[in-house]
Formats: sequence, structure tokens, C-alpha cells
Amino acid sequence: MRILLVEDDRQMADYLHKALAESGAVVDQAADGREGLLLAASGEYDVLILDRMLPGLDGLGIVRTLRASGNQTPVLFLSALGEVDDRVEGLRAGGDDYLIKPFAFSELQARVEALLRRGSPDAPETRLRVADLEMDLLKREVNRAGTQILLQPREFRLLECLMRHAGQVVTRTMLLEQVWDYHFDPQTNVIDVHISRLRGKIDKDFDAPLLQTVRGAGYMLRAA
Amino acid sequence: MMPPDSRAGAWAQLRTGAARILRSSTFRLALLYVLLLSVSVAILLGYIYWSTAGYMDRQTTATIQAEIRGLAEQYRRRGLGGLTALITERVARDPVGASVYLLVDSGLERVVGNLDRWPPESPDADGWIGFRLREWGPARTEEHEARAQVFALRGGLRLLVGRDVRDLEATRALILDALTWGLAITAALALLGGWLMSAGLVRRLESINQTSREIMAGDLSRRIPLSGSGDDFDQLAASLNAMLDRIEQLMASVRQVSDNIAHDLRTPLTRLRNKLELLSAELSASGKAIDLAEETIGDAEEMLSTFNALLRIARIESGSRRAAFAEVDLAPLVQDVVELYEPLAAERGQQLIYSSAGPGRVFGDRDLLFQALANLVDNAIKYTPAGGEIQILVDAEPGGGARVEVADDGPGIPAELRDQVFRRFFRADDSRSTPGSGLGLSLVQAVVQLHRASIELSDHQPGLRVILRLGAGQSVDEPVRKLPA
Repeated sequence: MRILLVEDDRQMADYLHKALAESGAVVDQAADGREGLLLAASGEYDVLILDRMLPGLDGLGIVRTLRASGNQTPVLFLSALGEVDDRVEGLRAGGDDYLIKPFAFSELQARVEALLRRGSPDAPETRLRVADLEMDLLKREVNRAGTQILLQPREFRLLECLMRHAGQVVTRTMLLEQVWDYHFDPQTNVIDVHISRLRGKIDKDFDAPLLQTVRGAGYMLRAA
Repeated sequence: MMPPDSRAGAWAQLRTGAARILRSSTFRLALLYVLLLSVSVAILLGYIYWSTAGYMDRQTTATIQAEIRGLAEQYRRRGLGGLTALITERVARDPVGASVYLLVDSGLERVVGNLDRWPPESPDADGWIGFRLREWGPARTEEHEARAQVFALRGGLRLLVGRDVRDLEATRALILDALTWGLAITAALALLGGWLMSAGLVRRLESINQTSREIMAGDLSRRIPLSGSGDDFDQLAASLNAMLDRIEQLMASVRQVSDNIAHDLRTPLTRLRNKLELLSAELSASGKAIDLAEETIGDAEEMLSTFNALLRIARIESGSRRAAFAEVDLAPLVQDVVELYEPLAAERGQQLIYSSAGPGRVFGDRDLLFQALANLVDNAIKYTPAGGEIQILVDAEPGGGARVEVADDGPGIPAELRDQVFRRFFRADDSRSTPGSGLGLSLVQAVVQLHRASIELSDHQPGLRVILRLGAGQSVDEPVRKLPA
């Protein structure tokens, strides 16, 4: 996995570089917008991590130029601007995800992995499968080891999100954004209760638990 | 034509307005002034009455006395014969005139004069007598007031000399009438003037009051409108506005300090958290150290979430998100909140009951409204004991917009603490043992103020009822209300 990191804050860039490299990625680094664009245009990267405010050319400019030239590499914006319209503006310019500084590294990692998966567009899926858990997206049915599992609509979407990111960490914030479609900070970890309900339905009566809690980060669905 | 309810409303408004004027100190002062003025005018008019009516009285007395002097002179010179002759002559000269004469013998039988009979009234020490006099002339029906002096003569004879004071009485009544009306008109005019003056002052004071109430309700950006006349009220308003500016500045600078702390500590704290994460990855083998590292990460998370909440409140308060307002239907939004929190409530044996009584169209920021409502429901769940019931209602407001009510049957909040719960870091229990940052309701209030909405805490008996009222229109940016002309 090759990642291009365009970030002008030296300390932040070095830290991210080190952390991403440790999680097994090959990271190239650029400190200003023009250099970043030149590297990104080579098309050798799986994911671009762009700071929004950069000297030379800002993150939005890089993405617009890339998209205009047909480059579809997934882009994750990093920004100190946390307003909803900033986020919307970033996504509209062609960004794929948006993370507000400061952020936990596990959040960044989870989102980068999600983008990597999204980067390989397959034919639209109608069935999702993790170990013996199956989801039929057309019939809206879930089966595990041949037994049908009845889910509420929201539980279905929650499971769908986890299955689409099977084997990857999905953070609570990502779940709130993707399953509930609200950007907000819950005072209590309400998501945990939903997960434990879901767990009660898909894992309780089976030998191998699929839904794992990743401490300090979020949740992951995978074959044990 | 006005619809009946708006007419009733206008009438009620008029009545409360009048009640306000009647209660005002200006009006009470004006009433006192009216009283003082009336007393002064009454004294003045009393003097005028006394001097005019008294003058006429004295004139009459002088006329009677002149007449008596004439008769006495005649009596002294020519005796009784002369006196009767003179009286006869005077009566003959002017039979229905204003002068009255009567000479009677000891049996009170008339000897001479133009009076039928001796008046029954008894004279005072100086011999003056006031009596009713029947009109002279053919009709002889009307009775007038008359004044006379009586004398005892030799041989049991008695003489009465007086005047018909009808004209005097009429004039006196006329003067009294004029004075009474004068007094009444003076009092009425003074009362009207007092009313108008108070109404003007009450209106000016009311605009100051209204602004103060809005400021106390939390909108510190409000200012008292000036009338532009530069009068003492304008000067007062300008001083109050300057004071408010100063308070706002001070509050802003205090807030700025806490926001700066939050902002400046957030980045190193995040770095700390991330390094701990790297550390815990290194430690993956040994159980005890990794537990400690993860607990520390949890602590750092908690601090970060407090800082984030503070900064979030600051950003909301800056008002920049108002530009992104759009129409929002509260009903599905509240349903989403209920759906999100239902498992949490169920885990605590509580019931979340959602009901909708009307459309919930409002104008605002979807994510922030969700955040505010989620915080309210979160609080209700947190403070309601197991097995409790939390009711959430969406309804349309009569004047447009909508309201959301969140009512629980927990311990509630004592009335004297209800204003304080919105303060940053406020906890109802001093021990600060309940979980949470103490910023949940501050965030709700920031959202409420951004939306120019209102929030009300009341007693649900038992429990707490929170009512959030939101507007429907884009009127959120209306300018400061003008002073009514």
C-alpha cells in the first residue's frame, strides 16, 4: 500500500509518516501543494492524505486538478477547519473523507483502510459474506450458518457497514456518520449498546464470535 | 375585519398595557400631583368665592343699614306717624321692589309694610333674620330668600327692614357652579396629562425592560434601542448599552481564555494519546502494562472530549453556522434520536416514548439540532432511575415553528438551580460524581441561542420537563426591534 502524505506541519507529518509506516504502508511525503500535486499526478498511490491548508496550492486545489485529469485516487482531507460547510466543501471538491485535527491515529488508520477498500470498484454487490454470515442486500435478509437472523432496519445498516469493511477497524464516529448520517458527539457511547444488541443477534448462539471490539479504536467484523 | 381571537388578543394587550400604566410610579406620582393641584386650586377658588360672595353680602347689609338709618331718622323726628308714612311712601313707590318693610303691633298684626306676616324664624343676637319670602305681584307663588334686621319699638311695635336677596343667591350659585366646574376640569385635565405622560414614560421604560429580559434570557447581544432625541432616557439607554458592551467584552475574554486553553492543549494532548497508542502496540505482549496504557488512553480521550466540547460550544456561539441553516423536519430527526438512544434506555430498564402531535418544520442546522436533542435525551436517561419513563413529544407551535418536549420522571431539578444548569461545568450534585463533562446543557444552550430558540425547564411532577421552542422562518436575523413610534 502506497500512501502520499501532503502536510506542511513538520511534526505532524513525521509522526504520521512513522505511524503509517509501522502499520505496513509505504509513505511518500510532500510539504507543499505543488510538490504534492506533482507526486500525486504520477498515479502511483493507493490513498492521498492531504492537509487542506498548504503553502503553494491548497488541498482543494490539488483534488480539483487531479479529478479534472481523470485521476480517481481516494483522498482523505485533514483539516483544522471543523465546520460542516468546510467538510461539505471538501467532499464536493472530490475528497472521499474528511478528518478534523486533532484526531486519534486509530481514526485515521481506520479511514485510510476504508478508502483503500473503496478504491477497488467492483460490480455492485448484492450479497455480502463474512465467514458463515451472509447478507442479501436485495431481499434484505441475513443468514448465519443457514439460520435466518431478523434485524431491525438500523441494525441491518449497521451490520452492512461492518460487513462492507470486514477485516477493518470501523470507528464509532464512522458508524455515526455512515449508519446514522449525523455529525455529532454523543455524550455517552450509545453506539456500544447498538453493537452489543447486534452481537446478541449474530454471535450469541454461534461458536465463533465475528464482531470484535478493537480497544481504543472501534469495531471489526472478521472470521475468527 | 380582524379575526375574533386577534381582536381578543388586542383587547387583552390593551388591558395589560393600561394596567401597566396604572401600576407605574410615574402615574402614581402624577396622581399625587393631581391631588395637590386640586387642593391648591380649591383653596384659590374658595378665596375667590369668599371675596366675591362676601362683597355682595356686605353690599346688601350696607344697603339695609342705610335704609334703617333713614327710617330711624324719620322715627326720631316725627315719631310713629312719620315712620309709617315713610314706609307707605316707599312701598307705594316700588311695590315689588327688592326692599322689604313690615311694621307690626304687639299681636303681630300688620300696621304697614309690603310683607304679609311676621316671619316665624327667630333673629340672631344683632337682630338679623333670614327667611323665605313669597314673590310679590299677582302670581305670588315663588319663594325667595330674604334678609332683614328687626327692631323693637315703643308700645310693643316691631319693625322689620330687609331685602330680597334672590339675585344675590343666584349670583352666588352661579359663581359656586363655575368654581366647581373649574375644579373638576382642572382635575380631569391634570389626570389626562398624567396618564399621557406616564404612558410615554412607561413605553420608554418598557423598551428598556424588554431588552433586559431578552438579555437575561441569554441573548447578551441585545441592546436598548435609542429614540434619537438625546433626552435623559437616551442617555440612560446609551449608558446601559455601554455597560452591556463592557460585560460582553469581559465575558468574551473569560471565554476566550478557556477556549484558548482548550485549543492549545488539544494538540499536545492528541499527540500524547497517539504516542500512548503506539506504546500500547509495542507492549502488546505483557498484560498489565497494556491495561495501564489503555486506561491512560481512556483518560486522555476524556480530557480531549471535554476540550472538544468547549471548542464546539465556542464555534457554535460564534454564529458562523447560521449561514448553513435550512428547513428541517423535527419529527424524523427526533425519531432518529429516540431510535439511537432506545437501546441505552432499554439497558437501564427505561422506556422512551415518542409521540408527535403536529408537524415539526423549523429552520436550522440539522446536525446541531440532533446534537442538542441527543444531549437532552442522554441527560434524561442519565438522571432517570431504572424503570423510569421518558416522554418525547414533537408538536407544532401556534405561531409557526415547532416545539420538542423531553419529560422524565426522575428527581428533576430544583427551581432555584434551573438557571444554573446551562453554565459550563455545572453539576447539580456538588460531588461531581455523575459521569459527563458538565458541558452537555451548555452545548444545548449554545445551539438554542444560535437558533434564536427558547428552552424552558419546568416541573414534570415528578421529574423534569424540558421544552425547546424553535422558529419556522428565516427571521433569525431580524434587526434589533425599533422603538414603537
